[in-house]
Amino acid sequence: MAYSNLISQLLEGKPRAAARLITFVENDIVASEEIINSIYEYTGNAYILGITGAPGTGKSTFISTLTKIYVDQGKKVGIICVDPTSPLTGGALLGDRIRMKQNFSLNNVFIRSMANRGQLGGLARATENVIKILDAYGCDIVIVETVGVGQSEVEIFKSAQTVIVLLVPGLGDDIQAVKAGIMEVVDLFVVNKMDFPGADKKVAEIKQMLEFRKNYKYDSQDLSEKYAKIELWTPEITKVNSKTGENFDELLELIRKHEIFLKESGVISNYMKNRITNETLQILKHKLTKKVEELLNSNKEIGKYIDQAIKKSLDPYSMANLIIEMLGLDK
Amino acid sequence: MAVDKKIKVLVCKPGLDGHDRGAKVLARALRDAGMEVIYTGIHQTPDDVVNTVIQEDPDAVMLSMLSGSHNAICPVIMDKLKEHGIDDVLVAVGGIIPDEDKAFLEGHGLKGFYGPGTDLKTIVEFVKTNLKRQ
Repeated sequence: MAYSNLISQLLEGKPRAAARLITFVENDIVASEEIINSIYEYTGNAYILGITGAPGTGKSTFISTLTKIYVDQGKKVGIICVDPTSPLTGGALLGDRIRMKQNFSLNNVFIRSMANRGQLGGLARATENVIKILDAYGCDIVIVETVGVGQSEVEIFKSAQTVIVLLVPGLGDDIQAVKAGIMEVVDLFVVNKMDFPGADKKVAEIKQMLEFRKNYKYDSQDLSEKYAKIELWTPEITKVNSKTGENFDELLELIRKHEIFLKESGVISNYMKNRITNETLQILKHKLTKKVEELLNSNKEIGKYIDQAIKKSLDPYSMANLIIEMLGLDK
Repeated sequence: MAVDKKIKVLVCKPGLDGHDRGAKVLARALRDAGMEVIYTGIHQTPDDVVNTVIQEDPDAVMLSMLSGSHNAICPVIMDKLKEHGIDDVLVAVGGIIPDEDKAFLEGHGLKGFYGPGTDLKTIVEFVKTNLKRQ
């Protein structure tokens, strides 16, 4: 097997092997399959933290300070920083490392920058697989920093056990706090830059929003099992200063509290189920799309349908149904 | 598409030198040429540079040096890369590199030596044609 050497080095905790394998899963889908296939049984030990928030809210600095604390506790930390790819040139400028200057040692902290390569949702396509590699590499905690997000980049919610959103004073009023999207899938709200004026006001606004949710709750019939993680947990809120490390004690306490909640409420098994289902769905989508594409281009029967559609005697929806029948997927 | 390979470049400023306008302009030009560029910021020690190369696994490393300490710092970086078995990465240095130092640096495996006023296209072309891995 082409990657067995690198994989055994990865399992021994060699950083260069981890880095090489990450490059392969980023660039090559066939390689990803082979690599994940051999390391999957060694994954599942890392706690995955998702950090999201608007550009400039201090995600990288926050992660740097948080990582320092975990390292001092003797933990091994993996960090994945996702930045956007240019839609015009396909290039990207990955600048999150600039903020992470705590002189981490190579053995304790592994930082990897990724471009999202046009993927929507705040993550890169390969992010799930990179998390697995860092997990197998021996990281106790994997922190995923999303692209500086707007309001609907919620993909991280599917990958991370605990999702933290960073907010800053002076950005948006109380109505932003009740909008749908990112604000609904968050486990911990953190108001960063607490030394800035308006931090307490921000905390109050979020608290108000959360109060409202407590009284209302979702009609559980409307809410699929998929969202049980948010339904049962009332998000916590705190404020910190990432530059000085002020109030990080409380933050760590809250992360711990959420971790315990996930285990004790049994929601964790739900989360695992959703994560695997979602991941498999993505893989299936990719594989089936490729197969169907091949079929559309080569199958004579479908060629006839297409001709009919051109003559307007068949519409594309009916054609799609006929193809589904043909594949035997209608049962 | 099964393979979606992008050229990944690390732009660094090693040593005690804060003049990073050139590095930023270069990072931007490489980005606009469709590459994935990591910029590390200023004041990088050789260990910082090497650790970043190990973790990010770039195809090329561009060192920007205007402080005059290139002869002291660059060979250390090259030695440490070798220690870690990294020999398939293009390492270039640019900024203010006097002609009489080029042979010495070349001897340590460094390339490039582009200074102020270089057309950015020249450097983009240089990166594309000098990569050690495909």
